[in-house]
Amino acid sequence: MNTRPPVFPSPATPPPIARPAGWASVLLRPQFMALLAVLAVNWVLFPGFFNITWQDGRLFGSLIDVLNRGAPVAILAIGMTAVIATKGVDLSVGAVMAIAGAAAAVMVTSGVPAWLAVSVALAAGLVCGLWNGVLVTFFDIQPIIATLVLMVAGRGLAQLITEGSIVTFSDPFLIFIGTGSVLGLPTPIVLATLLMVIAALIVRRTALGLLIEAVGVNRSAARFAGISARTLLLLVYSFAGFCAALSGLIVAGDIRGADANNAGLWLELDAILAVVIGGTSLLGGRFSIPMSVLGAVIIQAMNTGILISGFSPEFNLVVKSGVIILILVLQSPYAARLVQRKSAAPTSKGRQP
Amino acid sequence: MFIFKGLAIAAGIGALLSSAAWAEGLQGKVIGFSQIGSESGWRAAETSVTKAEAEARGVDLKFADAQQKQENQIKAIRGFIAQGVDAILVAPVVSTGWEEVLTEAKEAAIPVVLLDRGVDAPQDLYLTSVASDQVKEGRVAGEWLVGAVGDKDCKIVELQGTVGSSPAINRKQGFEEAIAGKANLSIIRSQTGDFTRSKGKEVMEGFIKAENGGAGICAVYAHNDDMAVGAIQAIKDAGLKPGTDILVTSIDAVPDIFAAMVAGEANATVELTPNMAGPAFDALDAFLNAGTVPEKFIITESKLYTPADDPQGEYDRRKGLGY
Repeated sequence: MNTRPPVFPSPATPPPIARPAGWASVLLRPQFMALLAVLAVNWVLFPGFFNITWQDGRLFGSLIDVLNRGAPVAILAIGMTAVIATKGVDLSVGAVMAIAGAAAAVMVTSGVPAWLAVSVALAAGLVCGLWNGVLVTFFDIQPIIATLVLMVAGRGLAQLITEGSIVTFSDPFLIFIGTGSVLGLPTPIVLATLLMVIAALIVRRTALGLLIEAVGVNRSAARFAGISARTLLLLVYSFAGFCAALSGLIVAGDIRGADANNAGLWLELDAILAVVIGGTSLLGGRFSIPMSVLGAVIIQAMNTGILISGFSPEFNLVVKSGVIILILVLQSPYAARLVQRKSAAPTSKGRQP
Repeated sequence: MFIFKGLAIAAGIGALLSSAAWAEGLQGKVIGFSQIGSESGWRAAETSVTKAEAEARGVDLKFADAQQKQENQIKAIRGFIAQGVDAILVAPVVSTGWEEVLTEAKEAAIPVVLLDRGVDAPQDLYLTSVASDQVKEGRVAGEWLVGAVGDKDCKIVELQGTVGSSPAINRKQGFEEAIAGKANLSIIRSQTGDFTRSKGKEVMEGFIKAENGGAGICAVYAHNDDMAVGAIQAIKDAGLKPGTDILVTSIDAVPDIFAAMVAGEANATVELTPNMAGPAFDALDAFLNAGTVPEKFIITESKLYTPADDPQGEYDRRKGLGY
């Protein structure tokens, strides 16, 4: 029936993270160069950028701000990486953030214990993701359209939950998720790091990562090879929904309120950008979760740099897009070939096992 | 039995006649209200205040929510014209494309009052427009700060609204007018916080780091209260006291800024009143009953609120309005 021959992804191209070729080569990746460059520019604009002090039992400084503010997008990017690796995309994560924040805020303000409110919010995220997954797998709707539905409707749903106003709360646990600290580090950083490590371990220490890549490269081929593509896709979209809900809780906890109109607005695009900067192809297949998180940090380092630079806000978007174009060009195959040609001699013998 | 019935009917008619004879103001008038939608808390408050004003005056208010779409508003206005209402209130979602439907209303001799925003249409197509003066709002906030700091040096950081939006442009201009010529006041940093709490907090965090842990900042001026609420949290996170170490002034007068005032964390806010309908009804009353044509632009008051103005009471009074 399917005329195309089933093609299994060639095992000759291992994923980048599976076998890192030494720290030096990892640090030579364009993403690290870009991050260092952005941080260096920030340092020139604001000499105190790298100052970190200890205040009120937590670390305090611009660098911490970058990680802390980048955490919500980093968490979104972790889920988004898995979705994009399956050749999908999830546009609804921003709206799911709003739903999760709204649900948790409305529940704690009406007296529900915080652990239950948080669990329900995370479960709501899972259900939203599952809904996307069902549309993509069982109804075979293209991911960009399937998730667009929830992107639009989800924000409306969140507004229904909050009745259009900002629901403020003073629940200590929810506030802790957004602005607390663990061992001196802001909670969002700790949560994002934990999620990154766990997700990376699960996909790379089990066959899950390989299966996701297989589905992303060729879904029917993967199915013929015995992979339950549907279950896998449902799992991946649910995970993205869960990540979005966690991110939504952080954002709500941060401002001690659920702002259904603005929470997570346009963050789905930042998350996709983080994944792309991290080097995962939108065509599916190879992916790297830590690199996507790095992408999110680069974006935030840039945002923070713009804030402290003192430029007039009219320049924000121009500067941002300029830097992003530069990063993407540096990562392009063209630039890679150029670098390879220039440094062909040293790298050929410089590679250490 | 039928005598009683007849008496009752006669009494009823008598009551009707007397009420018609004694009718004052807009009692019994049918007024259509085409609202934009409920995109913000302020909009929701405007809707509930309009409904309350109508009820207090005995107006039969026909409410239509356009859900941010102009075509829905035009449909609603045509519906009102067909019903033969006595007057129409419109909060226009955009400024262009109103000539045709406003002409239809004019031909039907139904006066139209614009609320909150203006339109690009000949002025004879509507009775009047009720709106706030955004430049003045900024000026009132600035004048408060000028008075509050006296002769002391004061470095101000500004949280702007969405880049290019008219409230951001006008509120910035008004504030700058108020502090112009005061050598001791200067705006040292200005960035957009997109009118949101989280952006307001993030930008303020950056400002505090960039200005020596906040030691160089004497006041923050936010173009709306939501950004100010976010900034207050950033100031607290930095170990400073908002309202004391860094003065906080903003615009809108939403309930949460009064909660911050109660806690001593905000110093002043300028009200963008949700009661646009009150002056609109007054103008309609004068026009329909006495034929007085109102001024073309009715400007609402930009009232300043400080912690001396019973913030707890203001909070309680506003909380139920749907902000």
